[in-house]
Amino acid sequence: MGNLEMNSIKAKPKVNASVKARKTASLQQWTTGIILALGGFLVSIPFIWMILSAFKPEMEVMQIPPTFIPNEFTLENFTNLFENMNFTVYLRNTIIVVLCSFVGLFLNAMAGYAFAKYQFKGREKLFYLVLATMMIPGQVTMIPVYLILNQLHLTNTMAGIVLPGLVGAFSIFLFRQFMSTIPDELLEAARLDGASEFRVFAQIILPISKPILAVQGILTFIAGWNSFLWPLIIANDEKLYTLSVGLSLLKGQYGGNFALQMAGSTFMVVPIVIIFMLFQKHIIEGYTISGMK
Amino acid sequence: MKAINTKTPYLFIAPALLLLGLFSLFPIVVALVISFTDISLEGLGDWSMIHFVGLDNYAQVFKDPIFMKSLFNTIFYVVIGVPLVIVCSLAIALLINFGKSRIFRAFRVIFYMPSITNVVAVAVVWSYLYNPQLGLFNYVLNWLHLPSVPWLTDPTMSKVSLIALAVWRGIGVNMIIFLAALQGIPKTYYEAAQLDGATNWKQLTKITLPLLRYAIFFVSITTMIGWLQFFEEPLVMTKGGPLDSTTSVALFIYKNGFQLSNFGYAAAGSFVLFITIIIITLLQFRLQKKEVDY
Repeated sequence: MGNLEMNSIKAKPKVNASVKARKTASLQQWTTGIILALGGFLVSIPFIWMILSAFKPEMEVMQIPPTFIPNEFTLENFTNLFENMNFTVYLRNTIIVVLCSFVGLFLNAMAGYAFAKYQFKGREKLFYLVLATMMIPGQVTMIPVYLILNQLHLTNTMAGIVLPGLVGAFSIFLFRQFMSTIPDELLEAARLDGASEFRVFAQIILPISKPILAVQGILTFIAGWNSFLWPLIIANDEKLYTLSVGLSLLKGQYGGNFALQMAGSTFMVVPIVIIFMLFQKHIIEGYTISGMK
Repeated sequence: MKAINTKTPYLFIAPALLLLGLFSLFPIVVALVISFTDISLEGLGDWSMIHFVGLDNYAQVFKDPIFMKSLFNTIFYVVIGVPLVIVCSLAIALLINFGKSRIFRAFRVIFYMPSITNVVAVAVVWSYLYNPQLGLFNYVLNWLHLPSVPWLTDPTMSKVSLIALAVWRGIGVNMIIFLAALQGIPKTYYEAAQLDGATNWKQLTKITLPLLRYAIFFVSITTMIGWLQFFEEPLVMTKGGPLDSTTSVALFIYKNGFQLSNFGYAAAGSFVLFITIIIITLLQFRLQKKEVDY
């Protein structure tokens, strides 16, 4: 926090500013910082408490008054999840869901490319149709989608879990926005060299679209890792549960076993937090750019 | 320009459009059709068991005490939750934007974090925090010599507790939108105001807030639509209890569809929700227009 005051002075190098005004400004900066730090601490309490409790033995969690830092640091809860619960299976399923959602991302990119770079009959109308799907609330489609999947005999299968959320209108929209800025000459040159249309897409468009692919890739990973509703509805069999469905099962079956639950939550949350920390600049800026256009 | 095979663009959009059509557009038609039938689990296996019942489902849903309760709960969530989310995220965005040091960037990450973490994990953690005997919240209250709060067991308090969780999750995204809008305000406005000796408060109320009007409108529409569909928090935390006091309309639809298998009835409920969302959104656009006109 030490450089806080310094920067605020640096930012306003007005010679005529009186010492008093400078002092008020720096005081204001400090107050703002302290308010935000307090707010930030409050917001982080659930995370802090979750991680701390995950490493406590079950006995210590039941203790009143609670300990803050684990007295007896243990990994028992985590080993328990994988050895006695089915978390290995849940993790495998979650990874499958994530990988499939990357296929969906590829399909979105393809559609976005066609909407951006080809002239074809019905382009505008079809694109509005895509955008219209964003307005439909999930609760309206929830039941019919289940009935459709049931009719296709896809309930209780991995395909049934993955298909409903595979493509998304917003993602197509973002790809289209980005790809329409790519100059046509680049594509023409490749075509003159005899590249097929698909090759143009895969070897020219995709590499140029790296920034948007990165943002979408991270968001796709997060969404896939967190996927809950469709696995919950479609999977009857524990063999198909994802981590979040498994965790909600754990909450139901081991309601009093808080250290175990916190370990499960930590296992779900920490990878996302790490990925987010690493790529936060891209995500937040990607959001900013796309959200405001 | 070289003639491109006219089929190519269609091949590129086909997979995505087919999936969107099958899982987003077609379901609307299906939902509308089945909302006029009595389709249930038997009807799934044998279509001859499905009967056309006209508007019966819609008439019944408005007589259903649980639906009316869920409607009331949803209004409760929206009326308290939406303003809270907007005020909190706007306040945090203003504070972060006011800070000049680089350290303020770290706060963006901290406040954004809750919105990307898994809802089940978050609900599990908050259930523990809310636990009447072992939870951290009651422990802190008792430590401050305040009485324990029945976080999830009292009908009204449980709604408030769920709102607290949802506000915590909802701040991040809106804060980012507000920050983007704040950064779009030209610095010259403030410089001119400072030359005229305007205080910070004057600058906030006369420059910043009026210029944020569009962002505030955008956020309030999206937040409102989101909260009308309030669903995952009560599903995981309370399953709608105690005594349906936390059941939202969306959860009502889910329960009727997937736990009671009254697919037609649930579809009717979902159309009531859909139409409500459309009407409220249109009303907001109307109000916004009036404001601009004056």
